[in-house]
Amino acid sequence: MTPDPHSVGLVTPQTALFDTPLTLASGATLEHYQLVFETYGELNADASNAILICHALSGHHHVAGRHHPDDKAAGWWDNMIGPGKPIDTSRFFVVGLNNLGGCHGSTGPSSINPATGQPWGASFPVVTVPDWVHAQARLADRLGIERWAAVIGGSLGGMQALQWTLTYPDRVAHALVIASAPKLTAQNIAFNDVARQAILTDPDFHGGDYYAHGTVPRRGLRLARMLGHITYLSDDGMGAKFGRMLKSGEYRYGYDVEFEIESYLRYQGDKFSDYFDANTYLLMTKALDYFDPAQAFAGNLAAALGQAKAQFLVASFTTDWRFSPARSKEIVKALIDAKRRVSYAEIESTHGHDAFLMTDAPYVRLMRAYLNNVAKEVGA
Amino acid sequence: MSLRSDLQKIANDIPPGAHVLDLGCGDGELLAYLAARGVSGYGVEIDVDNVIACVERGVDVIQGDLEAGLAGFADQSFDVVVLSQTIQAMKQTEQILLDMLRVGREAIVTFPNFGYWQNRLQILLHGRMPVSETIPYAWYDTPNLHLCMLGDFEALCAKNGIRVVERVVMDGEQEITFLPNLLGSLALYRVSR
Repeated sequence: MTPDPHSVGLVTPQTALFDTPLTLASGATLEHYQLVFETYGELNADASNAILICHALSGHHHVAGRHHPDDKAAGWWDNMIGPGKPIDTSRFFVVGLNNLGGCHGSTGPSSINPATGQPWGASFPVVTVPDWVHAQARLADRLGIERWAAVIGGSLGGMQALQWTLTYPDRVAHALVIASAPKLTAQNIAFNDVARQAILTDPDFHGGDYYAHGTVPRRGLRLARMLGHITYLSDDGMGAKFGRMLKSGEYRYGYDVEFEIESYLRYQGDKFSDYFDANTYLLMTKALDYFDPAQAFAGNLAAALGQAKAQFLVASFTTDWRFSPARSKEIVKALIDAKRRVSYAEIESTHGHDAFLMTDAPYVRLMRAYLNNVAKEVGA
Repeated sequence: MSLRSDLQKIANDIPPGAHVLDLGCGDGELLAYLAARGVSGYGVEIDVDNVIACVERGVDVIQGDLEAGLAGFADQSFDVVVLSQTIQAMKQTEQILLDMLRVGREAIVTFPNFGYWQNRLQILLHGRMPVSETIPYAWYDTPNLHLCMLGDFEALCAKNGIRVVERVVMDGEQEITFLPNLLGSLALYRVSR
């Protein structure tokens, strides 16, 4: 098989250990922690061509390429990142990491707490989007990156990109905030809480210390994912794909899987609960709920975003109802009120919230056009 | 870089350093030209291909529908708001004019002058809807809903207490001062409160 010239190819995760204590928004302190990350492309001589990819709720550091030649799936944003792709690794040095609290190698609830020799479990501190950004800044320091050419993220990742421009305004030239929001609505927090309740009330959860009990709250995590997954798709998209299709072609008058959509959701839930950590899921949803950069400015988002020095690209998708275009427009309006540089696109898509991971043609063209200019700015 | 002649007239009216909103900005030609003169601001554009073209040029653009109004922009937050050759194609003609002067201190509006002699002649001679260089559409396939003549636009301004600061009437590259409503094919108005 000839190698795909547009793939970053085989990649190897790296681990960075940090011994400087990190004080979190909650007041808790992590004395030591590690972050697992991957990089693609070459950092240029003046370290000006670096791009940070921030992951969403269930994402991680494996953003592009494959770990082994026989890996079935590539990294989660492989369609956007690679040589000649919109986030072009022949021009940019791209960094993806697993955030603190994650379950893919960075320090999180399933890691061993050195103080006890046991998994952190329920005692792992709740982390926030600003906490993540602080940790990411330390990784940037470690990699010799003073200023990102761009910080890019979708959904919860978009919140991190936005936060970067406020916490470290001099360290980010461009922020690409995709399918995101300046804070969650009550409805959105409500979805998160139902997901958390599913996990918290699973008898196998054991107050978060299920590692010690040799159990996994799989049923709760599965339900949480099934619920979440519904909200990531559009009604139209789901209808087009599944409609009322039956697995066996006729009603069985029972409670087994009958409709294709049931089969699909259960499969997604099962798959997810096999590899994702329930405590990480809880923690990620709390990070979403707490995010509200305007809070420190008496709810005035324009005043909050007035701290930013970056240029922004904000994008939303027409059928996304979990992070609807209206929420992106709140960010855009605040940036305009604060006289920041911003472009905004509302991309036609049937893919709902998941569209930020898809390849709707105008979306790809938009990303390519914007990042081409970013590359030109840094001479890449 | 040379601009379309009507855009050049608009550009001449915008002082360096101004903060500008260009409604229906197309591929961002005007703003790209103005950016080189220290003018900041945003375009508003409904068509995604044009939005991408603006991004390619490095012009800040907000995708949106002008018919929905300018709710995304704060009162008096721009020095100049531009609407070039679009007002005649809008449903919310009066509303957009009022909204432009809500968000901007000044507005520049351009439109094809329906009173242009060629239009009148075609109606007179052929008794049919005119098709001309500035109104190049058949009646059944036109985006234009609210074509008007100079006096019509001025009456709309007067009704709303809007002051005409400057009027430039053109025919192609030529500025028309004699019988403008007859000899001019395109009108530019700079208006304010």
